[in-house]
Amino acid sequence: MKDKNTKSKRIALTGGAAAAEALRQINPDVAPVYPITPQTPIIEGFAKFEADGKVDTEIITVESEHSAMSAAIGASAAGARTITATSSQGLALMNEVLYIASGTRLPILMLVSARALSAPINIHGDHSDVMGARDSGWIQIFSENAKEVYDNTIIGMKLAEKVEFPVMVIMDGFTTSHSVEILETLPDEVVEKFVGKFNPSRSLLDLDNPVTFGPVSLPDSYFEFKIEQSKAIFDAKDEYLKIVKDFASVSGRSYDIFEKYKTEDAEHIIVLMGSTVGTAKNVVDELREQGKKVGLLKIKLFRPFPYKEVAEILKNAKNVAVMDRAISFGSVPPLYSEIINSVFSFQLSVFSYVYALGGRDIFAENIESVFEDMIKGEKFEGTKYLNAKNL
Amino acid sequence: MNKKLVGATIEHDLSKAPKTGNWRNVRPEVDKDKCTGCGTCVKYCPEAVINLRERRDDSKFKKLAKIDMDFCKGCGVCAVECPFKAIKMEKE
Amino acid sequence: MNKKLTEKLAPGHSTCAGCGIPSIVRTVLGATEDPVVVINATGCLEVTTTLHPYSAWKVPYIHNAFENAGATASGVEAAYKVLKRKGLIKKNVKFVAFGGDGGTYDIGLQALSGMLERGHQVLYVAYDNQGYMNTGGQRSGATPMGANMETTPSGKESFGNQTDRKDIMQIVAAHHVKYLAQSNVAYIEDLAKKAKKAFETEGPSFLLVLQPCTNVWKYPTSQYVRIGKLATETNFWPLFEIENGKYVLNLDIKKPKPIEDFLQTQKRFKHLFAPENVEVIKTIQKNIDRKWKELLKKTSNK
Repeated sequence: MKDKNTKSKRIALTGGAAAAEALRQINPDVAPVYPITPQTPIIEGFAKFEADGKVDTEIITVESEHSAMSAAIGASAAGARTITATSSQGLALMNEVLYIASGTRLPILMLVSARALSAPINIHGDHSDVMGARDSGWIQIFSENAKEVYDNTIIGMKLAEKVEFPVMVIMDGFTTSHSVEILETLPDEVVEKFVGKFNPSRSLLDLDNPVTFGPVSLPDSYFEFKIEQSKAIFDAKDEYLKIVKDFASVSGRSYDIFEKYKTEDAEHIIVLMGSTVGTAKNVVDELREQGKKVGLLKIKLFRPFPYKEVAEILKNAKNVAVMDRAISFGSVPPLYSEIINSVFSFQLSVFSYVYALGGRDIFAENIESVFEDMIKGEKFEGTKYLNAKNL
Repeated sequence: MNKKLVGATIEHDLSKAPKTGNWRNVRPEVDKDKCTGCGTCVKYCPEAVINLRERRDDSKFKKLAKIDMDFCKGCGVCAVECPFKAIKMEKE
Repeated sequence: MNKKLTEKLAPGHSTCAGCGIPSIVRTVLGATEDPVVVINATGCLEVTTTLHPYSAWKVPYIHNAFENAGATASGVEAAYKVLKRKGLIKKNVKFVAFGGDGGTYDIGLQALSGMLERGHQVLYVAYDNQGYMNTGGQRSGATPMGANMETTPSGKESFGNQTDRKDIMQIVAAHHVKYLAQSNVAYIEDLAKKAKKAFETEGPSFLLVLQPCTNVWKYPTSQYVRIGKLATETNFWPLFEIENGKYVLNLDIKKPKPIEDFLQTQKRFKHLFAPENVEVIKTIQKNIDRKWKELLKKTSNK
């Protein structure tokens, strides 16, 4: 690799470019890539790094996202540090093989620029795609902004290889992937050292120790494979906490499984994920100035979901509202469902809101209305849709 | 391999192999007098369970087909393909 | 067991008695001295050789899914390329992908096309048993006209599968692959020779190998070699190569046997011998003759 960055740099990058920059520093071995809006800037940025000799990566320009993940599985099983990126329909097309990546415990890192799902077709941001993959056995980390995308990409790569699970680092399509922000990158060697070398526990290219990946398993053994996998992904939370602690020591930026914002004495708390958190923080600040006891809980680690820790934060609140950027058709929205699961042991009113599907605007006043509902003590069943037209 | 395998992975270990010889309802019997050790049966046996062994008898031929009954499924391909009709399928 | 023949694939697998698939695998893998890594599409070979807790594979092996052997192989090969470049792997390693006709002609065609077009150093071997045999014998794009299959059964209004099989050799050839060949498990030496050539090819190579299926073609377990030979002797399955775009005929059948000789050995074609299906057999024969002529034309181009 040429032209190493030896110093921290304050630069303006989009979320997509921030991901590509982190990937350059990680210097993966293999990257199968396939374009889809609004993910494409990530792979384009990375391909330029490769073309300029700044990474040693083999890029495979596959013919579909299904093949992108399939090739990633092959590469990772062959002991290569492997990354890819996708969005929306691409993630949906990968669905079959996502389960194979996790069931085979392959540490693939995938950047997801979260976007709405067809039909009708819509290229803008929401969480429908990643929520569709929430049971696929992947670790899922949500990012609020470009700075978090950069950090989570580095953290995610290390976590994946440490716990031998595939990891999705998620940013909101367009809002984060295409918006420019100032962030501070780390020196190349710091990232290189932090991520370390990939030492796979088994590999197709370990010719002296041949392994059969992906065997057939009948009712006498399949169940145990899955129980082991389920235990292991919950255990990955502790490793995540260790890694973000290490990351804080090299970057000065501290992370947790979530971010609490003025929740200490809050009576009314909103739970949400992704880019809308920025606006919501401003709303909290304004309402706090008016003497209203409101707070915010931003979930970062969505899989494995930190039920107990979330319950600890929410247990003293009077009301909780959950803002989901996805619908679970025929059920309650996905994040709402997780929060209900977290607080089921104590009496707490939890309300459901869905916002910004397919890139619909979400304004400060919409978030304010959620707090106002709670403050007024307005009870309702079902889900309220923020900034939606009356049908 | 020293480490415990994680996820959906296994390793070859012949001691875990099912003895597919149990499938047979007919067994190949090699007629020592007719077998010339030509190796046609070896070539086509789908289970790769036939060896040519050095003969210790006074036959003019040097080799003799020996079939591993642990894994022979009794398909009968060897008997059909033998150019000397030296293999007969007999009821188990 | 035979020590030499079982160096890479051991017995104890559960292919049907009399199935030629293991012979194909052993012959292909036996054609190189280099270490091999196997990539396998879902199908008969995969389910019968990797049944937990036993793997018959003594070489590194990966099964991913049904339609993605080509893409998986691309990833494995790309990993090898970069790790070799970095000096982390010293040996020369060969990569072989195996897929059935379903995993090759149909559901896996896109991933295969991508792998071929990008030029990965992989030998792709299709064992062609002319249908979805692992799921009980449904029609695939490789099923010949007239076959009675589970999804194209013969009946009062139908003579079974209505169309002729897809010409996968032409499809692969259209990717400008330097070496591809059609072979037949009944001609083991032909297969071994072609596998050796394929391993020596720069870039991707492709072998299409006829694999008679005792279970769905419905014939006695002892007959795979006999029936395989009849397929070639009737010109139903000619043996040929396409090397750098040049067609080579490997076995010139001077006096081809009538197609009935092949059809009558299998119950999947039994209904064709009913009086109402006389014309169907004629059509099958006509198609064979036409394709043979086309092939001769190509192979005689000097």
